[in-house]
Amino acid sequence: MIFKKFNIENKKARDLIPQAITILALLSVIIYFATNAQINMGNRGISFGFGFLNQEASFDITFSMIEYDGSHSYGRAFLVGLLNTILVSAIGIFFATIMGVVVGISRLSDNYLIAKVAEWYVEIFRNIPLILQIFFWYFAALRALPLPENGISFYDISFLTIKGWYVPKFIWTNFNIFLLSVIAAFIAIYFINSYATKQREQFGKQIPTTIISLATLILIPLITFLFLGVSLSFEYPVLKQLSPTVFTYAGGVSIIPELIALALALSMYTATFIAENVRAGILGVGKGQKEAAASIGLNKNQILKLVVMPQALRIIIPPTTNQYLNLTKNSSLAAAIAYPDIVLVFAGTALMQTGRAIEIISITMLTYLTLSISISIFMNWYNKKMAIKEK
Amino acid sequence: MNLIAKPSKDNIKTYVPIGLLLVSLSFLDVFVNAFFNFNLMGFLPSQLSYFLPLILGYIGFYLIRIEFSGVRSLDILNKNINSNNFNALLTLFTIFIIIKSIPPMLDWFILEANFVGNSKDDCTGDGACWVFIKVWFNRFMYGLYPDAEQWRINTAFLILFAVVGVSFFVSEKLKKYFILFLVFVFPFLGIKLISGGSFGLEYVESAAWGGLSLTFIISAFAILFCFPIGVILALGRRSSLPAIKYISIGFIELWRGVPLITVLFMSAVMFPMFLPDGTFIDKLIRVLIAITLFEAAYMAEVVRGGLQALPKGQYEAAKSLGMGYWRMNALIILPQALKLVIPGIANTLLALVKDTPLIFVVGLMELAGMIGLAKTNPKWLGMAMEGYVFAGLVFWIICYAMSRYSQNLEKKLSTER
Repeated sequence: MIFKKFNIENKKARDLIPQAITILALLSVIIYFATNAQINMGNRGISFGFGFLNQEASFDITFSMIEYDGSHSYGRAFLVGLLNTILVSAIGIFFATIMGVVVGISRLSDNYLIAKVAEWYVEIFRNIPLILQIFFWYFAALRALPLPENGISFYDISFLTIKGWYVPKFIWTNFNIFLLSVIAAFIAIYFINSYATKQREQFGKQIPTTIISLATLILIPLITFLFLGVSLSFEYPVLKQLSPTVFTYAGGVSIIPELIALALALSMYTATFIAENVRAGILGVGKGQKEAAASIGLNKNQILKLVVMPQALRIIIPPTTNQYLNLTKNSSLAAAIAYPDIVLVFAGTALMQTGRAIEIISITMLTYLTLSISISIFMNWYNKKMAIKEK
Repeated sequence: MNLIAKPSKDNIKTYVPIGLLLVSLSFLDVFVNAFFNFNLMGFLPSQLSYFLPLILGYIGFYLIRIEFSGVRSLDILNKNINSNNFNALLTLFTIFIIIKSIPPMLDWFILEANFVGNSKDDCTGDGACWVFIKVWFNRFMYGLYPDAEQWRINTAFLILFAVVGVSFFVSEKLKKYFILFLVFVFPFLGIKLISGGSFGLEYVESAAWGGLSLTFIISAFAILFCFPIGVILALGRRSSLPAIKYISIGFIELWRGVPLITVLFMSAVMFPMFLPDGTFIDKLIRVLIAITLFEAAYMAEVVRGGLQALPKGQYEAAKSLGMGYWRMNALIILPQALKLVIPGIANTLLALVKDTPLIFVVGLMELAGMIGLAKTNPKWLGMAMEGYVFAGLVFWIICYAMSRYSQNLEKKLSTER
């Protein structure tokens, strides 16, 4: 009885005890781990710190978007890995979105065959582990490509071989001006669109924004080519003989097979999930909405563009952002086929060389965490913006 | 004039036979071309004979597209694959691609493939070398586990299947004990049987375990442990006590924010640093802990979805009956919440199974890892395609069966409501 009374009267105390126990347990685990780590590092003669990031890395990386060689620092190697991760994720997201949308809409097609093919695409590629798909493309499919001397040629400007895909290199003069003009075009399009919306809402006037936007996007950069000294030339890959039997391509840009396999597998795998999101989103728009739109005289395209899509997007975007995040995290499987992403370069090679497990794993995990959290913050912001504003 | 009139019910008698003839002609052309490598329309100029099936099929589909024809099968056909010009083109392309891709697939998988023999030299055809799978099959299933001891793995799985099978037929009361046995007794019994070291069984170290059986062992244990941890984390995240709430949130978001591969790296290289010098925890156990914690975080978010979906009235009703926190959750809240999120739970478990091949980063080799080992064997170079197609098929069957089962379960439970 006394115990019960004590409980009721001291609700605060009752709440405090489990919390205190949890915090104490957590703290003691952390302290235990930290002391052990300190002793272990002391035994190996290393001390905790991030100074090693400035030391010379002295290992090479097969594929880098910025200037890098063995004489650069570990910090620079980290940056190379990070950029490679971002590159493959961006390519993967781009193609996964396109394929996902196409497959998702195909699944709802009134053409039975197309719907079935799309359904089987989803069922097959979703149920095979991603790592197996990467292995398949890298070790089986891309290894079947021909050697450089008889590579598959696309009009003699681009070659697909077992050593990678050689594409022409863009050589720009005054690239900055061109870039500025593209940005200017986008700003102009934004203003044109907001003006058109205003005109439509206030006076009911329809302005063909799509055509005008497209024209702006082409015309403004074109002007820089004609008058502001921007020019573009291509450097084509050319077959070169290194020794009697060894050939390679000189010039151009080489897209390494690791990148192709990884991007292919990532986008095909993630596309299945995006397709399901798209399908769910379109199905999620009530039938009444479509009927109401049809009854006020909108045609099929207008219904899709003005009524179904804006509502479907609200359902599609949150889970799809999640898929983008998953794709970015899955790109760490690059380590399995030696694509130099952040895990392979930093948590692999750099860790082996320095032995600084705690620092390096922490930095790698923090990088991914930062990426995840910033994307989820963006997603929350976007959700709020898109949410139905009820009066 | 009648010949170019729009297809309608009036000219159905002439248009439909002609249309069907043209469509079948176009498919026949592609079929003969694909299977017998013979061009029926070879006498025509090359450009024309290339596009002829498409043109014939297109005209044929146009002719048979008769609305409200009164012929039931024709209407169904038109509605499903031939509702407008665009759909007709899509249908043609799809069928052409399917016809075109059958012969090479058939050749590779069966006709040109080799099934008999026991070395790479026996593979003479252009197709797949299934001899590779046959010779290595034992390794793909059991890893480097000694041949003489493999009956132990078989026995463990046989007991599992037998108990599960029997539990379907016994009464509800007995079923409870079967489930308790499966969850609390069997896993440890099974692992003892497989690892050995006592009862006269030879000790087999975990480094020798591998193949598909390792996939099953890891999946089973991770599922077993990640579920309760996930539920506790989900309850923690919705707790009214701030310390518990924020620790749960931090824990969940930490694991969800990083890729599994870095967690496995952590378990392999960073975790030993946190233990007293000289302590050694088996690699397999470290991997199991890593996968369990990782998937538990995902499980927690799924369960939280179910908890949030329950109406407040359920909590209030339970409390008004005088139930405490644990009794309320165990008897009222969780049974309903978990039922709501069965698809989510199934997806998480599916992701767990699909994640098991990643253990290659710490040097453990389940099915995909064993294939990687086999294809680098000097005697069996160039067998990557066969190996990964086989592994893909095995994983696909497992995952597809799981997803189908969860869909059925969902349907079954939803009708009861």
